Amino acid sequence: MATRSQGLIVLTLVACLAWMGAPAWAAASADPPQRIVSLVPALTEVLFTIGAGPQVVGVSSYDDDPPEVLTLPKVGALLDPDTERILALRPDLVLVYGSQNALQTQLAKAGIPVFEYRHAGLADVLPVFRTLGTLTGHETEAACRVAEIEARLEAVRTRVAGLPRPTTLLVMGREPKSLRGIDASGGIGFLHDMLELAGGRNIFEDVQREAVRASTEMLIARAPEVVVELHYNVEIKESRRDEERALWQRLGAIPAVRGKRIHLLFGDHLVVPGPRLVRAVEEFARAIHPEAF
Amino acid sequence: MTRESSKDANGPTAHDWDHRPLRSRLMITVGGFGTLALAVAVLAPLVGSTPIDFARVFDRSIPFVDNADAQIFFLARLPRVLAAMVVGSALATSGVVLQAMFRNPLAAPETLGVSAGAALGAILAIVLGFTVTVGPFSPVPIASLAGALGAATAVYLLASAPRRPLSTAVLLLAGVTLNAFISALILFVQYLSDFTQSFRALRWMIGDLDVGNYVPILASLPLVVVAFAMAAMISAPLNLLTLGGDVAATRGVNVVRTHRLAFLTASLATSAAVSLAGPVAFIGIVVPHLVRLIVGVDNRVVLPAAALFGAAFLVGCDLVARTVMPATEIPVGIVTALVGGPFFLWLLVRKV
Repeated sequence: MATRSQGLIVLTLVACLAWMGAPAWAAASADPPQRIVSLVPALTEVLFTIGAGPQVVGVSSYDDDPPEVLTLPKVGALLDPDTERILALRPDLVLVYGSQNALQTQLAKAGIPVFEYRHAGLADVLPVFRTLGTLTGHETEAACRVAEIEARLEAVRTRVAGLPRPTTLLVMGREPKSLRGIDASGGIGFLHDMLELAGGRNIFEDVQREAVRASTEMLIARAPEVVVELHYNVEIKESRRDEERALWQRLGAIPAVRGKRIHLLFGDHLVVPGPRLVRAVEEFARAIHPEAF
Repeated sequence: MTRESSKDANGPTAHDWDHRPLRSRLMITVGGFGTLALAVAVLAPLVGSTPIDFARVFDRSIPFVDNADAQIFFLARLPRVLAAMVVGSALATSGVVLQAMFRNPLAAPETLGVSAGAALGAILAIVLGFTVTVGPFSPVPIASLAGALGAATAVYLLASAPRRPLSTAVLLLAGVTLNAFISALILFVQYLSDFTQSFRALRWMIGDLDVGNYVPILASLPLVVVAFAMAAMISAPLNLLTLGGDVAATRGVNVVRTHRLAFLTASLATSAAVSLAGPVAFIGIVVPHLVRLIVGVDNRVVLPAAALFGAAFLVGCDLVARTVMPATEIPVGIVTALVGGPFFLWLLVRKV
């Protein structure tokens, strides 16, 4: 199985190299947008990864990846898009989040094309690459990136295939230095899908919500064998990580605590459903199945 | 509301009640509400989202680490019920004292900016990721306690400028203004923070009783006990204050001292409650009024009744919060208003 996925990666890379050598007209579609504003950080990352970065003229105030976006104009975010600033950039395509209805109406009146997006499951992430590739005239490059990511995801799937799937608590946030206010991934959404792909079994897989406030009672009752904590805002120093893990001693009877399987992962790539998501899946898998790596 | 008008409004039964000796009214009230609080406190830990086997819970032969039933009972439910009792009684007491002191039925623990101060502290700790711990206490409760006490001190200093007695009018206005000011600061911090942090901050402000161990509850007890003791000291003067400061003064009440103690009582009780569980809404305003509809307006009776009923009410609301939706919980602050609001309106319409 491993050789098959390695073969896939090689094939993809060959295809991509061939494309890079091809004449420019091969990739060009009719008048792709040249002034794109993205209000969704995940989509900004996708644009840059498929080679549409030079066409981006404005990003949301939360954007910080890739580093090129740091110098681009910021035009507000999900709740406070700055319509005036967006219009001033004279965009020919604006990527908005699905709930930004007022902004969409305003852009429609201004005759500016809009691409509407909502976070969904893992299966919905890669199709967005292709759609944006088509929209921006980077179809082939998008297909290459998708193939690469799919190959890496497949490699993870292969590694964990057939292994027992430990019940896992995926912590998306909690109070600093405390086990209070634990927000965990519920049974839907890309984080849940990523956890399942990485060979874990979400202890809240039956809860049809993206986030669950996990009470002490739920944690004891659902008894996770592995805890994976996502720290995407603040990086905790290496020397202090043991202190964070030690907090879990309060729930010393949970199998994950007794088995010393509390994993802390760091970085905002863990929670952005863009090209870096595959890295997050690999980190999840290493945490849940260290025996497979 | 004066005592006379309430007697008329409440009809002959209330009239008889008000003419009973204080000792008998107190015994009936404390007996009744005490039984209710005790019953709720004993029954609430028996119920939860997970069915547990009580034979196993108290079976000492099973090691605690292997006994999930005992863990759920002793680590999850019992601390939660105890926290609800402390928070409910503290907020209700704070409400009674503030309403009497300001002679304003709308006064509540949120009025003086103490809750807002606590919220600002907590939100800064959440958003900036404070890592300062003091002994077993984590950053958010520490920061919220500091914020609450800071706001209380600020209001008090504003209202007691040199060479001027403490003025309840200034206290109220300063409190309301500080509340608005701090609320704006909170919104500003939320605006600057990222989406998930804002959400977590908002979630903190709805209140949460899942304290997970006994240490924070024990830590809040000294503040609450001092507050209750002071409330007991001022319950009689507070009755006279409802007639107005001047009348109270002619009857021998040290008005400024009573105001000062009342403010201190309310601030300590609110600070302790909010740093333990967040600003749980509605208890401080509804429980005092509910209790007054039942036992009349004598603060000597209202105070213990409100403390006991506040405890029972919050434990009950939290029971609803943690059991009504399988696999998830409703934040308790939503339940207090959803349950308390209609109940209060029903009692109000029925009585008047």
